[in-house]
Amino acid sequence: MSKPEKLLDKKGLRLDGRKLDELRPIKMEVGILANADGSAYLEQGRNKVLAAVYGPKEVHPKHLALPDRAILRCRYHMAPFSVEERKSPAPSRREIELSKVIRDALEPAVFLEYYPRTSIDIFIEILQADGGTRCAGITTAALALADAGIPMRDLVVACAAGKADGKLILDLMDLEDKYGEADVPLAMMPGINAVTLLQMDGSLTLEEFEKAIEMAMEGCRKIYEVQKEALKAKYVTVKEETEE
Amino acid sequence: MISSIVSKVKQKRIAQLVAKGKRLDGRALMEYREIKIEPSIIERAEGSAQVHIGKTQVLVGVKIETGEPFPDIPDQGVLTVNAELVPLASPTFEPGPPNEDAIELARIVDRGIRESKAIALEELCIQPGKKVFIVFVDVYVLNHDGNLIDASALAALTALVNTKMFNYEMKNDEIVKKPGYKPLPVRNYPVAVTFAKINDKLVVDPWLEEEHVMDARLTITTDKDGKICSIQKGGSGYFTTQQILEAAKIAKEKAAELRKLVVKT
Repeated sequence: MSKPEKLLDKKGLRLDGRKLDELRPIKMEVGILANADGSAYLEQGRNKVLAAVYGPKEVHPKHLALPDRAILRCRYHMAPFSVEERKSPAPSRREIELSKVIRDALEPAVFLEYYPRTSIDIFIEILQADGGTRCAGITTAALALADAGIPMRDLVVACAAGKADGKLILDLMDLEDKYGEADVPLAMMPGINAVTLLQMDGSLTLEEFEKAIEMAMEGCRKIYEVQKEALKAKYVTVKEETEE
Repeated sequence: MISSIVSKVKQKRIAQLVAKGKRLDGRALMEYREIKIEPSIIERAEGSAQVHIGKTQVLVGVKIETGEPFPDIPDQGVLTVNAELVPLASPTFEPGPPNEDAIELARIVDRGIRESKAIALEELCIQPGKKVFIVFVDVYVLNHDGNLIDASALAALTALVNTKMFNYEMKNDEIVKKPGYKPLPVRNYPVAVTFAKINDKLVVDPWLEEEHVMDARLTITTDKDGKICSIQKGGSGYFTTQQILEAAKIAKEKAAELRKLVVKT
């Protein structure tokens, strides 16, 4: 896609008609893969993300096992057809870095000490990407962890804020990320006000940065509600089935 | 002390001291170790610098070659940052292709330079769409005693500031080198400042043993105007909003101090 002339129109609306602090439409579903111990699917705008959790299970290779807690492993991966130009399926440097920061974002939430000598493996597949996929991946993976029944301090939820055409914006899509002035992805456990992922690239003053993280946290809190509903929805359907 | 494993007793001691506002090596919480910068120490490289922060030692070499531009930005030069955690630097470093730590390190250094627009890449175009200069920044960790990020970013910046490009002219679409050099166009000075969270307090420039104790790490890179250009959180802990904002303020001040150490020969 080529560079748009402007990211904001005269009314201050964004390319997809959103207001500055408006999230993209978001939809989540829990427990959708039969083989996984936990799984979740998320759509956020044009992002489509699938996450699966396997474990706690025996660690392979064995020498990686820790005597006092489980190890958490995470793979963030983009499908070759998820972007405009085919992406090689081999893990890129970007994907390796994101796998690491996503693991660091989820780990504070999980009670790893409950499962010594085991591993909990998280697989995130980006089926379609339109900006903010690391955040969408974290939100989805946290649901999959909860679906797997793994004890957590809180759900982890992520959202980005940023800057485009001089204005701070929430939940950046691909064009805004690429051609905007800054991107601040943030993940948190809203229940205990703990920021578990924070990255930034672009250019922001201290004041703008402070506003941007407030904005991202506000977005997180909204997505958190959707996340909780998605988890509940699974058990509501189970209850209905047993009543029949 | 060859092993990188820190005993539980020492870990506890480090954490307790930090809670009291002290550190095991006698520094204040917001004090860097001694920093030494040596520019241009590899003559074969177009640019180079070695940085010591305490016992941490990082060498950066810059090589400049010609090649094809990215198809989506045909009129700009290319910046490539790579980091090697060389096995001679630590008993925990293994030979082999870069692991996730090395890739993360390279990408943090890369983002600082790229997002602050430190190199005027548009001036590195030879023939739009066909030929541009490629700036290879290779980070070589020689001794690991913690805070590799700040040392690498500082070494990379110093190396770039001291990078000389050969003069050339075009003859029948071929580049012919001419005598003499000109400096690489460097427009901004991004400096990374890394904090560790230990016992719910922030310390700057963690050394290796503190890195073993820390819950989480936060790197904030600011440019010469004091604007934030890159941030990276790492480690399996978390930060509160207050801690993040405090870190951002301190990072700006510390970066200004570190920037003064960057020398041009």
